[in-house]
This record gives sequence, structure tokens and C-alpha cells, in this order.
Amino acid sequence: MINKYALWKNVLIILVVLVGALYALPNIYGSDPAIQITASRSAVVDQTLIDRVKTELTNSKLDYDSVKVADDILVIRFKNVENQLKANDLLRESLGDTYSVAQNLITASPEWLQTINASPMYLGLDLRGGLHFLMEVDMDTVINQANETFTGDVRRILRKDKIRYLTVKQIKDTIEVKFKDNETREKALLPIRKQIEELAGETEDRDDAFYLTLRMTQVALIERKKAALKKNITTLRNRVNEFGVSEPVIQQQGDDRIVLQLPGVQCSSCVKKTLSAVASLEFRLVDWKNSVEDAINGRPPIGSRLYQDRQGQPYLLKKRVIMNGEHISSAASGLDQESASAAVFINTNGVGSKRLSNVTRKNIGKPMAVVFIEQKPVVREVDGKEVVTYKKTEEVINVATIRDVLSRRFQITGLDNPKEAQELALLIRAGALVAPIRIIEERTIGPSLGQDNISKGTLSVIIGMVLVIVFMAIWYKGFGLVANIALSFNLVLIVAILSLLQATLTLPGIAGIVLTVGMAVDANVLIFERIREELRVGNSPQASIHAGYEKALSTIADANITTLIAAIVLFVFGTGAIKGFAITLSIGILTSMFTAIMGTRAIINLFVSGKTIKTLSI
Amino acid sequence: MQLFKKTTTFDFMAKRKLAMAFSLLLVFGSFYSLIDKGLSFGLDFTGGTLLEVNYPKSVDLENVRATLSDAGYPDANVLHYGTARDVQIRIAPPKKSSDDKKVVEGTESISDKVLIALSKKDADVEMRRQEFVGPQVGDELRDDGGLAMIYALGAILIYVILRFQWRFAFGAIFALIHDVVITLGIFSFFQFDFDLTVLAAVLAIIGYSLNDTIVVFDRIRENFRKLRKETPNSVVNIALNQTLSRTLMTSVTTLLVVAAMFSLGGEMIHAFSIALLIGIVVGTYSSVYVASSAILALNVSHEDLIQVEKEGADQDSHEL
Repeated sequence: MINKYALWKNVLIILVVLVGALYALPNIYGSDPAIQITASRSAVVDQTLIDRVKTELTNSKLDYDSVKVADDILVIRFKNVENQLKANDLLRESLGDTYSVAQNLITASPEWLQTINASPMYLGLDLRGGLHFLMEVDMDTVINQANETFTGDVRRILRKDKIRYLTVKQIKDTIEVKFKDNETREKALLPIRKQIEELAGETEDRDDAFYLTLRMTQVALIERKKAALKKNITTLRNRVNEFGVSEPVIQQQGDDRIVLQLPGVQCSSCVKKTLSAVASLEFRLVDWKNSVEDAINGRPPIGSRLYQDRQGQPYLLKKRVIMNGEHISSAASGLDQESASAAVFINTNGVGSKRLSNVTRKNIGKPMAVVFIEQKPVVREVDGKEVVTYKKTEEVINVATIRDVLSRRFQITGLDNPKEAQELALLIRAGALVAPIRIIEERTIGPSLGQDNISKGTLSVIIGMVLVIVFMAIWYKGFGLVANIALSFNLVLIVAILSLLQATLTLPGIAGIVLTVGMAVDANVLIFERIREELRVGNSPQASIHAGYEKALSTIADANITTLIAAIVLFVFGTGAIKGFAITLSIGILTSMFTAIMGTRAIINLFVSGKTIKTLSI
Repeated sequence: MQLFKKTTTFDFMAKRKLAMAFSLLLVFGSFYSLIDKGLSFGLDFTGGTLLEVNYPKSVDLENVRATLSDAGYPDANVLHYGTARDVQIRIAPPKKSSDDKKVVEGTESISDKVLIALSKKDADVEMRRQEFVGPQVGDELRDDGGLAMIYALGAILIYVILRFQWRFAFGAIFALIHDVVITLGIFSFFQFDFDLTVLAAVLAIIGYSLNDTIVVFDRIRENFRKLRKETPNSVVNIALNQTLSRTLMTSVTTLLVVAAMFSLGGEMIHAFSIALLIGIVVGTYSSVYVASSAILALNVSHEDLIQVEKEGADQDSHEL
């Protein structure tokens, strides 16, 4: 019997449609603008906090929907973005450092949907409003700085080993060492190679002199660049907390670029100022002669000061700084050969190693601390004016016992695990290397435009869809209605897949959906026209349906695959907004093949299978 | 409802010389405009600063220009978009690259300065959108966009050669180039803004127009195998007539949604929808006239499709 689908095909279609509908459902509920408050340090989220927050919001006449605690996070939902933004400023000001306050969009869907991981589509910045930065790390400066350090190091090594050289000069990316004779040059090669692995040397004889040209190896160059990029990403991570955004995006793009996205944030100059914060490091001796308790209770002894680590543990450190961040040329985590425990390897430059060896020589067996310092300008808009206050944070990030005289290379061992070592190395690098970044692209979407874009986008999808549905129903009557059902399911499936993938939905993405709606019926048009042709030739309705689907299939496949090729190329080469368009277009092509071919066939089979049909409503 | 009760018998190919002349005229006109006027590249490609603000009351552009001039931006391009309360300001990137070399530290971008200057005059001004694209990013986006187009055309060429035959592939590519050039030409002639979304639209047009062309080619291939006695000219004609109502139907539904997008989608996808509107109309025309005329001009014949005949014959006898 023709025009009958196997049971499994029908079951599959029903299953896909049901699952699709389920995962598309959260989008109907939408999202509420919300503020999340989490306790940092010693504070807790409790009833007192809830009451305090409620009173403050009521006093400032800011309406809120609900205040709830979930997983130790206080969530306040608002009716509109305006109140959310105002409340965010208000609460951040009044709760201070003990709590961290962040704004977010939180799904309004019921809990049972959230338990099956069904969440609404992830909206791009052009739909929810916010800031987008593309930043480039100035790699020329990074490499130049490295070469400057190496030049100093080469001089120091040669002097220390009493190898006589004429000049050591940095020429662009190379370091040129001039010798009087070949013998001395030969002698110089070994210690340099041994102590600075990052450099590779070439010899050259000209103008009666013997030259050794040193240049960073390819591996070393890549490592430096990677470190510089990582450093910047780490510093950005540390700082974005300041903006009160719960879902900041910080991503590496290419070899030297970073994308930073802050949904909901508007004041781009505030962000830029905060990003310009300067981080540094200080190495200090621990004051072990005096007790920490006395210092906390009374006054710290002269020449010492109290510090804290991230957990709030107090330390008494000497005021005199051994060396600071600018004396460090690199830091990396790894495994200590002797103790087989996680360690951080640190390289210092000439000045740093001199100071370090002077101090450590006299203090073997005593503890030394590393302090991380960050000076952040905090910018707030008050009555349209910018108010800048500086906030300095100082944190002890490591305390270790000096085992030996430390100089150019040393290591911090005794760390609990590799992860701790990695974090410490990252922090040391963040405070050490200077890798300037510049903003090369910036986009800010105001909250009202974001809201407009959502409503306009949704409206054009709906109107476009209604037009097509009416047109199809008039043109193909009964079959048109079937195509319309398939088209609706197609839209549901696109939304479900976008929600499941949590791919970013942008305005061009919505355009992609609109375009797919228009093109999705194409498959049905092809099939229906074929069926009409078959009927015209005089074939029976049953046979015409069968032949129509059969013959149109390869045409549909060919046509869709070529469009898919264009969409994939767009996805691979496009950036940002274009990617959003390519994603929805590709998903739409795939889902439309399913709904327009299998979906409509299943419905039509339901009506015609096993029956004697005289005419078709087409 | 049916557009044509019977399969039509229009002699499309009789007019192909005329159509060819028309197409050539359009293509050369487009080239002329592209060379003479060039494209009015948007911020994405030129780099620079764009700021969109909204005032509670309608605002006189002259006042805004004066404010900007006082703030040190006499060359700013100021215009209304949407309503008289919405103002768009564009400032070209600085000529020398010295400005973009500035490090994040202390840099206050042009748009921030402009916004401060505007809010001093009128505190109720609301920032809607603010964009800055560095000059090197603009160049990169343009290069990547051009590359994407070439790769897309290349990939499609290969696919069509594999599925059909080289004459068809070239016919399809001619049609695509025809569509892209004319769309760009119209953008250049009217000096519409050419930004990243328009580039995406052009690539979507490539996909759409190809979709149309492939459907026609599919029929031509089928007819070459079935109608052994007919001349290539009439084989093509029959195929065009058979697919005519489908071609029109799909164009209409797609045009409907794009028109909805054009009138309701807001200014951010305005240029995008214009490009699609042009592309769909041109794409529909080209799949009938350019692609099919091209394969005839390349002397397509029954013999060209003999190799793949077995596969086709097999398909026809298939009963499920």
C-alpha cells in the first residue's frame, strides 16, 4: 500500500515534535530582569539581609516582583530593566564589599522546566543591551620588553663569567654582541645558551669584528605572547566583578585578541577606567619576631604592617619591599623535580636578582610573602557626572620559607596541588608583566534599543509567518493547511534547538529565522506543484501524492544543500552578528527539511492512507 | 487557487537575446556605478564612531551639529533615523593611526566625549547605540567578507559540477555573479549603507538564487533524459514552464516575509532587508534567464547527461 508511513516514522515525528515543544516552552515565559546577591568573605545570606534589602528598595520606591533565596544566592526580580539598573546601583553602594551584587536576566519559567534543563534562548547583546569590547594585546611591546630584559641579562652573564665583550646592543628584535676575537665569542656562547634558553644565536664576522646575534626562538615568542594574552584575560576576570554582571563573557579571539561582553552594562567610560587598573606585586619578609595577635589588638610594631590573604587570615609583614612586579620577567607553574610537588618557577631580571640575593642570603630559613596589589579606579555616574574613587586592594597570595640564596631563577614549592600552582603563577604574571591592551572595537546597545529590537524582531517573525500561512492556505487549500502546520512546527523546532544549544540569538539571527520561514515552504511548494502536475497528467490522487513526494525529493535536497553551503561559509568566516544569522539559517534549513518533507507526509498519509480518494484539496 | 490551470507554454528562450542585453546593461551599469561612486561602506568596514541618541522631544539637527562643532567635531555626520527624535551621529576615524595606538589607560573614546557634550545641552538625551570600530578591524572585516564570498562561490561551483555537469556549474555561477553584481550596483547607485549585515544578506542571496537555479536545472536534467527528440532549446523551455509556478510561489512567500522584516524589523536590519528584496527579485529573474541562457550558450546537449542516466533511470523505477 502506498502513502502509509511505518509506525516508527510516525512515532519519531511525534517524539521530535513533543520534545521540541517542551524545550521551546521556556521562551514563552520570557525572562525577568533580576539582581543576584551573594555573600563574600565572612557574610551570610539570611533573613536580616532579606529584610534590609526589602526596606532599602521600598525606601527608594523601587518596585520589585519577588525576593527569594536559592543556593545561598538572594534573587530579586523586577518588572522592568530601569528599576533593576537603579536597584543595582543602590544595593552595590549600600551593601559594600561584604556582598557581591550582580544584575542578570533570569528565566521566569516554572521549576519543572528548569529541572529538565529547559531554558530560554540566550539573547545577544543587541537584544538585551550591553557592552561589547574587542581588545588587542600590544604584542610588539611585549616582545620588546622581553628583549630589553634579555639584553641586560646577557651583559650580566658575560660580566659575571669575566668574558670580555665590546658591546651588547638591542637592535629591534635581536641582541647583538660584539667581540674582539672568535675565541671569546666561543667562550660566551655556552653560558648564555645555558642560562637563557629562550634565545638562539648566530655568528657573523664583519668589519674586523666578531658578532653574535641572539634572537628569541619561535617557541619562546609563542610562549611570551600566550603568557601576555593569558595575563590580560586573568586581570580582566579579576576586574569584571566590579561591574556587577553575572554572565560576563571573556574570550580569546585569535592569537592576540580578547572579546569582553558585559550584558546590561551601559557606561562604557566607567568600564574603560576600571579596566585601566594597575596590578603589581611586592615581595616582603614576614615579621616573625612579633606576634600577629598583638598587632591585631594593639598597634603593629614599627617597620611592620598587617596584611590579609583572600580567606581573611592575617599576616604581619615587614614594611621594606624586597622587590616588586617589575623585577619579574616570567612565572610558570610546574612540578618540582626533588619533592615531586606542585611549584611555581619564577625568573627575575638583573636588578631583581641582585636585591633578592642580598636579602635572602641573610634570611635563610625565614618566611617570605608575596603580596598582590591592585589599584582600581571605581567610576560611578552620579547625576550625570562621573565620580572616580580609587580602591586599593592588597592581598597576601603566598608565604614560603626561604631555603637558599635566591637570585635569577627560583621556585616556590610546597603548594597543595597543580591547580593552586597555576593560580599563583597567573596572579604573579598578572602583577608582573606589562602587556598593554587597546580597544579596537566597541559596541554599546542601550536597554531601550535592545527591548525594541526584541519586539520588532518578534513582530516581523509573526507577521511574516501569518502572511505566508494565509497565502499558502489560499493557494493550496487543504494541502496548504498541512504545510502551515509543518511550518509552525518548524518554528517551534528552531526555537527549541536554539534554546538547547544556548547559541546566542542576535537580531540578524531573528532575520535568519524570518528568512527560513519564507524559504521553508519552498519544499512544500515543490512537492505540491509536482502533485498537481501528476494530477493534470491524469494520475490517481494516491499515485500523484506518492510520485509528487518521490520526484521532488532530490530537487529539494540539492536546493537545500547549496543554501546550507552558503550558510556554513558564513558561519566559518563571519563574526558576531553574522554568525548569529548563519546559525539560525543553517538550523532552519535542516529543520525545514524534516518538517516539510516528513512532517507533511505523515499528516497527509493520515488522511489518505488506505482510502479511496477521488479528489485532492490542492 | 492555481496560477496556471495547465502547464504553460511560454517561449522563454525566444526572448533570451533580449534578456541577455538587458542583463548586460544592468551588469555594466552596476560596474560603472561601483567604479564611479563606489559602495557607501558602513562603520563596520570603514572604522570610526557611531552614536545613536533619542530625545524626548523632536530636535533640530542644526543645534546638534552646533553642539558637536563646539565639542571639536565639525566634520561629524548628523542625521535623523526613524523619527525626528532620533539622531544618528557618525564620526570618521582619525586619519593617522596614532589615535588607535593609545592604550586603554585613560582613553576616553570619542563617543563618550560626544555623549557628555550632548547631555550637557540636554540632560534628557538617551543613548541608544554606540559603536567604535578601529581602522584595522574594518579592513579585516572587509577582507574576510570578500574571502567568504569567494569561498562560498567556489564550494558551490564544486558541488554543482559534482551533482550536474560543468556547463550547469558555470551557468549557476554566472547567475550568482549577475545577482551579486546587480545587488551591489543598486546599493552603490542609491548609496545605501553597506555594512556587515548587508554582506550577510548578499551571501543569503547567493544561497537563495542558487536554490532557484538548482530547481530549474533539476528539471532541465530530467527533461534531457526523458525528451530525447526535443532540441536543447525546447527542453529548457519546457523545464522553465514546468517550474514557473513554483518559482513564482516561492519568490512571493519569501518576498512577503522579507517585506514584513523591511517594514517592521527596525532600522538595524533595514539595509539587510533592502538587500534581500533586491536579491530575491534579481535572483528569480536570473534563474529563469541568466542561468538557463548560459547553459544554452555553452551548447548543452543530450550527450552531456548520458553518464548520469543510469542513476536517473534507477530513480524513476523506484517503488516504495
